Amino acid sequence: MVESVRPKRKQPVSGVTRRKALVGLGGAAVSGVLPGFVRYAQAQSSAPIKIGFQVHRTGIGASYGRWYDRTTKAAALLINESGGINGRPVEIIAEDDGTDPKRGAEVVEKFATQHGADVAFGTLFSHVVIGSAPRAGELKIPYFVVSEGHHVASGMLNRYTLQPGITDVKSQVQSMAPWVAANLGKKVTMIYPDFAFGHDHRDYFSAAMAAQGGEVIGKIAIPPTESSFFKYFPKIPRGTDVLYHVMVGPGVLTFVKEMGEFFGSKRPEIFGFIDSLEAVNINSPGLEFLEGSYFWEGNPRYAQAQSTKFDAFYRAKVGVDATGASVNDPKDISTYAHMFGCWETLHVIKQGMESAGYRGPGDRAKLIEAVESITDMAASQAHPQGAKLFNGKTHQVFGHQYISQVGGGKLNVVHRTAIEDGFYKDEVDYTSQPL
Amino acid sequence: MRSRWANKATVLHVGVIAVLFALQFVLPEYHHVNLARVMVLASFAMGYNIAFGYTGLLSLGHAMFFAAGLYAAGLMAQFAGVSAAGGLLLGVAAGLALAAAVGCLALRTTGVSFMIVTLMFAQAAFLATFYFGEYTRGDEGFVIPSHLRHLFGLFLAEPATRYFVALSLFALCLAISFAVARSSMGRVLAAIRENEERTRMLGYNVFLYKLVALTISGAMSGLVGAAYGMLFGYVGATFASIQYSIFPLLWVLMGGAATVLGPFVGTLLMFYLVDISSGFTSANMLIVGLALIGLILFFPKGILGSLRERAAPWLP
Repeated sequence: MVESVRPKRKQPVSGVTRRKALVGLGGAAVSGVLPGFVRYAQAQSSAPIKIGFQVHRTGIGASYGRWYDRTTKAAALLINESGGINGRPVEIIAEDDGTDPKRGAEVVEKFATQHGADVAFGTLFSHVVIGSAPRAGELKIPYFVVSEGHHVASGMLNRYTLQPGITDVKSQVQSMAPWVAANLGKKVTMIYPDFAFGHDHRDYFSAAMAAQGGEVIGKIAIPPTESSFFKYFPKIPRGTDVLYHVMVGPGVLTFVKEMGEFFGSKRPEIFGFIDSLEAVNINSPGLEFLEGSYFWEGNPRYAQAQSTKFDAFYRAKVGVDATGASVNDPKDISTYAHMFGCWETLHVIKQGMESAGYRGPGDRAKLIEAVESITDMAASQAHPQGAKLFNGKTHQVFGHQYISQVGGGKLNVVHRTAIEDGFYKDEVDYTSQPL
Repeated sequence: MRSRWANKATVLHVGVIAVLFALQFVLPEYHHVNLARVMVLASFAMGYNIAFGYTGLLSLGHAMFFAAGLYAAGLMAQFAGVSAAGGLLLGVAAGLALAAAVGCLALRTTGVSFMIVTLMFAQAAFLATFYFGEYTRGDEGFVIPSHLRHLFGLFLAEPATRYFVALSLFALCLAISFAVARSSMGRVLAAIRENEERTRMLGYNVFLYKLVALTISGAMSGLVGAAYGMLFGYVGATFASIQYSIFPLLWVLMGGAATVLGPFVGTLLMFYLVDISSGFTSANMLIVGLALIGLILFFPKGILGSLRERAAPWLP
């Protein structure tokens, strides 16, 4: 038996045969006339992460929406400059929700089913969040809200709704009480709008003051349609040490002006939430009466001597000067106490996606689990407002709060709370819900 | 001739329902849910059309009837564990009872006075949602628990179920409108709209007819409110606000008052006008406003109303 042995053809030095070269050239030619192939291949690695941004461009939340928009764009630009998320650029798809819950739900649907967004993000007003969250849960699109409402941690919503970038009102109010009781007085009268936001303040602050040995001796609810407040001031009980106010809406300036006219120079201590005066210059005519009064701030509007380098970095990136106004227009006052939530939330989304190895909507459940597993957030460029602790069970973050005093036409920080001051017992465990 | 027109009209309306049924199989996901929402809102507009289009009662308070149904279903789900079927019945009952009560008082007035009285009643209803904030959560509203959003074992948040329920609701309201338009009662309502004094002189109890029309309208609005809550899971004071009284008026005016299909056409166009324009500009309501001005100039009786006048007199 003769074994035929064919001589081996000599291989080119390069390892590329004529046949391989022809196949390669043919393939290149085919792919040249089928550009979609190239685009698809590229899309696997560098297609943008689409973040649907539900923004209050119109309606009562427009002044907040304008700054939420700027902050979001600045954060996305920074993330993209530093390599994006998992090497992919971030694309913000903004849609106006009209500060309306019906439109808000429609916008979430649009993100999920038309734009193909990976996540939805951004809204502030509670009724828009609560109106939209059921649809986000049904469509299984992660919905990151920047609302400060207690609705997430209360268990009202669902596992797809998270609030990792801003503390909630229950935590904020609760952490104010020890300082108010120790420094301003123990007998408080509250003036608040007669709707859910005001009721949250009334209920949580009353309980927190009682825990400090204080007492809310007057609760004055102002109807939402009210435009003059004179008739309410005589209802403030004698013996009030502290007047706690949390008015919002277009009547705020009138409220403060009329309060000043009522009290004159003899007034109790005054403590308010800056929500009343977000996007409003503290030196506006009529607000002189607030000199010496105190405000809660989520993030100090005026740069402080003790401000961190992270705050300075963030301030520069979003285009806000040391007085809290736009660097382009000193009359354009930011919503500085709240808008950091957009910046920080986008960085949490980035952290969650990178931790989950997120590749597309099929990994949304992994993203939720990755964010739920986050606990400590150190103060950093990603978290310029300060360090935070995230509770994965309640989907709510906890952080420092600031108390500032109006003086010399500025807001000067006099106290920063500990993160633990805002803790309360878990009211829900979202991780027990199916994804 | 009248019988042939009636057949044409029947074929058209059944055909519209058949097309809407078929569309669910071909529409992309986004438009699928949009159309479900439009059918629900169009049902609200059809209810409004009974009062405004057919009877000439220009109400500025229909949000209260919608909200009555919404809150009846939502609150009973929240606090008594009543599920969707019960919620829908409660919605009808709430809308009907409120419309009958408001009608007894408001129908003592006519014209501009009627508009103002209904507006005031609606504002009172809106503020009541704040006053009882302990239960309603006022402006924030609340979410209806998922496990109660089932109808005959079907989960209403499922896209196919939601579409089917929305279509059923739409078909029911269309049938009611069609029946009213073609009934002798419908002709009396039209007579009241055209000349109330003459109708009274002919011996008709005008007040009673108007009350019945408003009550039917309110009951339909209440049913739709309850359905909206159950289908989309949210109850809030926004739905009791003035804008939700203005919306059905605009939808009906755009599509054609006193036409059975006009409210659907108006709702569909307005929905997509807002949806598409908001993708380009935040001044989207300016575009809506310009569209309405154009409509008044070129289609003064609404799209189907003008079509009926110019080309299709058989349209009911």
